[in-house]
Amino acid sequence: MSILVDSESRLLIQGLGSAGKFHAATMVEYGTKVVAAVHPGKGGTQWEGIPLYNRVKRAVEQTGADVSIIFVPAPGAADAILEAADAGVRLAVCITEGIPILDMLRVKHALAGTNTTLIGPNCPGLITPGETKIGIMPGPIHKKGSIGVLSRSGTLTYEAVDQLTRVGLGQSTCIGLGGDPIKGLDFIDGLDLFEKDPQTQGVVLIGEIGGQAEEDAAAWIKQNMSKPVVAFIAGTTAPPGRRMGHAGAIVAGGKGTASQKMQALEAVGVAVTKNPAQIGDLMRERLGRG
Amino acid sequence: MKIHEFQAKKILARYGVAVPRGLIAETPDQALQAAEEIGGDTIVVKAQIHAGGRGKGGGVKVVHGSRESGDAARGMLGVPLVTHQTGPLGQVVHRVLVEEGLPIDREIYAGLVLDRASASVTLIMSSAGGMEIEEVAARDPGKILRERISPLTGLMPYQVRRLGYELGLDKSQVSKAVKFLSGMYKAFMDLDASLIEINPLVVTSTGDLIALDAKMNFDDNAIYRHPELVELRDLDEEDPAEVEASKHNLSYIRLEGNIGCMVNGAGLAMATMDIIKLCGGEPANFLDVGGGTDAERVEAAFKIILADKNVKAVLVNIFGGIVRCDVIAEGVVGAIEQVGMKVPLVVRLQGTLVERGREILKSSGLDIIPAESMQEAAEAVVEAVRSAS
Repeated sequence: MSILVDSESRLLIQGLGSAGKFHAATMVEYGTKVVAAVHPGKGGTQWEGIPLYNRVKRAVEQTGADVSIIFVPAPGAADAILEAADAGVRLAVCITEGIPILDMLRVKHALAGTNTTLIGPNCPGLITPGETKIGIMPGPIHKKGSIGVLSRSGTLTYEAVDQLTRVGLGQSTCIGLGGDPIKGLDFIDGLDLFEKDPQTQGVVLIGEIGGQAEEDAAAWIKQNMSKPVVAFIAGTTAPPGRRMGHAGAIVAGGKGTASQKMQALEAVGVAVTKNPAQIGDLMRERLGRG
Repeated sequence: MKIHEFQAKKILARYGVAVPRGLIAETPDQALQAAEEIGGDTIVVKAQIHAGGRGKGGGVKVVHGSRESGDAARGMLGVPLVTHQTGPLGQVVHRVLVEEGLPIDREIYAGLVLDRASASVTLIMSSAGGMEIEEVAARDPGKILRERISPLTGLMPYQVRRLGYELGLDKSQVSKAVKFLSGMYKAFMDLDASLIEINPLVVTSTGDLIALDAKMNFDDNAIYRHPELVELRDLDEEDPAEVEASKHNLSYIRLEGNIGCMVNGAGLAMATMDIIKLCGGEPANFLDVGGGTDAERVEAAFKIILADKNVKAVLVNIFGGIVRCDVIAEGVVGAIEQVGMKVPLVVRLQGTLVERGREILKSSGLDIIPAESMQEAAEAVVEAVRSAS
């Protein structure tokens, strides 16, 4: 078992520009079932054996796609997410970076009444190692196993996964939640899924400065989580009031600091490391395999 | 993106938000003339810099008559103003806002911010106007009133009435507040603001509600659809190295330490700064070279890092995902040959095609300290600084 996606997931790609094509190829190579791509104007043709459609709805009807990955550039990304939801896609994964915050605010409210779960935007996507890769992460660093990974970052997630694999801990599913202030799936949703997933034995949580999703996660963990959680929070050294690359990574008005987040997590029994090089080791220790 | 107070007031006035009568001046003479034009006995001269805390730093002067107004401007213009937000060197004042003085009855606070958890814009009001809202939140959280705004309906009058009567405004003031705050909310949504703060919002002795100060920040992601706002950007307020970096699509923030960092990905870049500090060093900057890095961007990044005279060593930390390590390695070698390297350089490559990347660095013959893990890399760069000094 895994969460959200597995070898049966049927993927639709929205936005087949140069980035979309590049990553489509790496996903196919990984074994992901890429069943369709939507690129308005190219409907009825094919790209590398993948049928192209003008509209998401038609693509879903004809191919049974249940998951969509979105590479549409920022100005059209909100539209693409809502088109996926309208077509009844179960899971929409938005990779696009730089979407206006108010667009995402409206999208988030519009999705509230639908059956579509959103991951991202501004995220690397998700992967169930050995089964399916729905994202832009490097496949080979992953290994099938029992650790769930939830992260607000991209390359820092790869770093953590690489450490896990090196210490012999494979992953059930790894999810990049994205670096924007308003996003779809958040820590609590992911923790809930991992808690219920029989394959997952522990969860790595990678947070960063800004907002209070980590504090909210801590409160949820206290009430609901029985599996061990290991956490790292990036940005201890970040100056206040500055946006650190990610739109959501900013300490504003003394709120959202790394130390507040670490304290909140430690207080509920989460093993927190201040050293990003020790995430894998700490998880091994936590599982009693140190 | 931030803008100046006078720019924010001009925008807000267009949305029906009441602001004091005022004129902008770049010379003492202009300030004198502005005061004459505005008339009245009391004039306020306000230094225009982005940082807050101007009042305490001497950047706001209440004067009488036009001559005093010119004198006040003379004291401010061309001089660095130091506040708790500017850093010790302060920010040079290039313009002053000359405004009518108002008979103030009371000062309140009104702000519109983004609430991430509820994915909504939230109206915050407080009776503690003129104080920093963070301070009020910490000391007297009961004084902070909030209303979440549905993006479907926008700010509704009942929400303003609820806060207005709670704050003790009378009926006529509450209806003025509805107009004031509705305008503020419309400006926020129309212009993709990320923050609007009116602190203080004053109630005058004649019962009017007026924005005595105004702060507006905008969402950088949405600036592309507001070309008129791009023109309000004041490069004098920004670090020249950061401006240069943004031209190359590099995300760079200068810090106070001496270890330059070049990393791909914002999270990993922050984590790299953190581990440097943990190993006893001090990062000189945050720098995310981004996902689609090529040799040209690596070179631009090196130039920016090395232009900082505090930098005593550089750490490159790349986790190749989309970016291949061999491409990065070639970029690093090319950049060093172009830019020249007078301080120790530690390079840690990991991920896609790492072996080829490491081979390229090794065979370049350049003096590069290789590292395999983040820990090793951080220890090596801290040691390099230590032995160089």
